[in-house]
Amino acid sequence: MHIRHLNLINFKNIQQAEIDFSPGINCLVGENGAGKTNVLDALYYLSFCKSYFNSIDSQNITHEQEFFVVQGQYERQDEDEHIYCGLKKSQKKHFKRNKKEYSKLANHIGLLPLVMISPADEQLINEGSEQRRKYIDGVISQYDKPFLDDLMRYNRSLMQRNATLKQLKESGARDYSMLDLWDEQLEQLANRIYNKRIDFIKELVPVFQKYYAYISDGKEEIALNYKSHLHEGDLKRQLLEVRSKDTILGYTTRGVHKDDLELLLGGYSIKKIASQGQKKTFLIALKLAQYEFIQKHNGIKPILLLDDIFDKLDDARSNRLLQLVSEDVFNQIFITDTNKAYLVDIVKRTGKDYKVFDVAGGQVLIEGEEE
Amino acid sequence: MTTSSYPSKLLESAVNEFAKLPGIGKKTALRLVLHLLRQEKEMAFKFADTIHHMRQEIMYCKSCHNISDSETCHICADANRDNTLICVVESIRDVMAIESTQQFTGIYHVLGGVISPMDGIGPDDLTIGPLLEKIKSGDVKEVIFALSTTMEGDTTNFYLYKKFEKYNVATTTIARGVSIGDELEYTDEVTLGRSLINRLPFEKTL
Ligand SMILES: [Zn+2]
Repeated sequence: MHIRHLNLINFKNIQQAEIDFSPGINCLVGENGAGKTNVLDALYYLSFCKSYFNSIDSQNITHEQEFFVVQGQYERQDEDEHIYCGLKKSQKKHFKRNKKEYSKLANHIGLLPLVMISPADEQLINEGSEQRRKYIDGVISQYDKPFLDDLMRYNRSLMQRNATLKQLKESGARDYSMLDLWDEQLEQLANRIYNKRIDFIKELVPVFQKYYAYISDGKEEIALNYKSHLHEGDLKRQLLEVRSKDTILGYTTRGVHKDDLELLLGGYSIKKIASQGQKKTFLIALKLAQYEFIQKHNGIKPILLLDDIFDKLDDARSNRLLQLVSEDVFNQIFITDTNKAYLVDIVKRTGKDYKVFDVAGGQVLIEGEEE
Repeated sequence: MTTSSYPSKLLESAVNEFAKLPGIGKKTALRLVLHLLRQEKEMAFKFADTIHHMRQEIMYCKSCHNISDSETCHICADANRDNTLICVVESIRDVMAIESTQQFTGIYHVLGGVISPMDGIGPDDLTIGPLLEKIKSGDVKEVIFALSTTMEGDTTNFYLYKKFEKYNVATTTIARGVSIGDELEYTDEVTLGRSLINRLPFEKTL
């Protein structure tokens, strides 16, 4: 699967762009803030119906404009796919596949698999457990639709349980029958979510370790450790145990919404002990493992976006990384960098078909093309 | 638009009343009011009268809680319908959706909503008591759950199932080919009709 053509109007700092891509490697070069990453984000939009960076849709409209349009022509399993995403300020987002509007955006997710590796991924390491759950759930949802439904229903039940807790607290009532009801629902959904997360992580770890070892060329011992209250068994029993505590707090303290993924280097938290290069390698390995995972379950090679990936990596790691992604495991690739000569030099050496685009001040031009 | 921009207090209060309706903003409200003003007086009076009468005289069927013109609705009053078979729905809109399939020969019970603590709706706010009384009387052979497949709909199903379990009544749920979160009233007639015929014992869906 690959994207042939992208058409942008008023998307972030790009007022207008029409780009024909290579099915191989596409290099976007230019200064920081020129708009390179915005092109990647537009591709992300077409796969996930939202921005990778800014979840408020209207903030992705060019400053002082009223709407944006992102349109892509894809080739997927020998079929043409035309994807349209348009947003007008204070209106509903329109998302169409071959001119037909989706009734639910969730139905689109998974059609055009894509993996983005970006400096923003650092929040996976640096921020709270929510980011890591998002990573896990994001990958599973791309090949398992019922999982996404379960997750949404779990979150809904959680909100209803929390509302019940608050009512109990305010009224001082001792009738827990409504709580029993939501505990029952939560347990069923939590078990399904838990089992799928376990299966996913079990399968992910060896692939992740393979990529980490390849890029670092080292013997560093790394691990991912799934933490969940459900390791301790029956959620309904646990919810019963914390019932009075939860009632006082007004929210639910046990469940899969508290799950976390421990990231370890040599047995220690990567956040505390790893160097910048090790952290970056860790994140890249995690994302490449995600890529392999989606390809295996989906049967389609995702589009790979590498945003500013060589920053903070030494030459040896950068070279091994590019060697790796140019292998046949991967298909269409987008790379952004500020150093054109450097990037073009290593991309040439892969022997793959490639195109170079100059990005400056929101303009995207194919190399050599005049404005 | 600021409130002071209306040339008439009468106009303004009419606009404000229309704007209280769901999905109607101030702009649309003004358009509707101006439309009524342009019509013959009689038409506007008839409009107001109809609403007044509707609100004043409409009743809820004392048996199924469906909206009705009489104490007992025409469905409950129909001797050809099987009153041992009760279809439990959220609202009158679901009754209309199922009636339009012409596949259902039993009677209804309108709950008036689903359990949703977030919206402040508990079992006591629904017509569960009268339904339980009907089941206790032993005249009901089967209860069909036809609530929406939202988390709240499913949870209400489960709550009712637990309540009815100890009585001699079969509980089934309509076998919908519709995805999670879809509302009954938007399901097409053919799908809905088929799902009523192919209903499943509720415990099998747990
Ligand atoms: Zn009735």
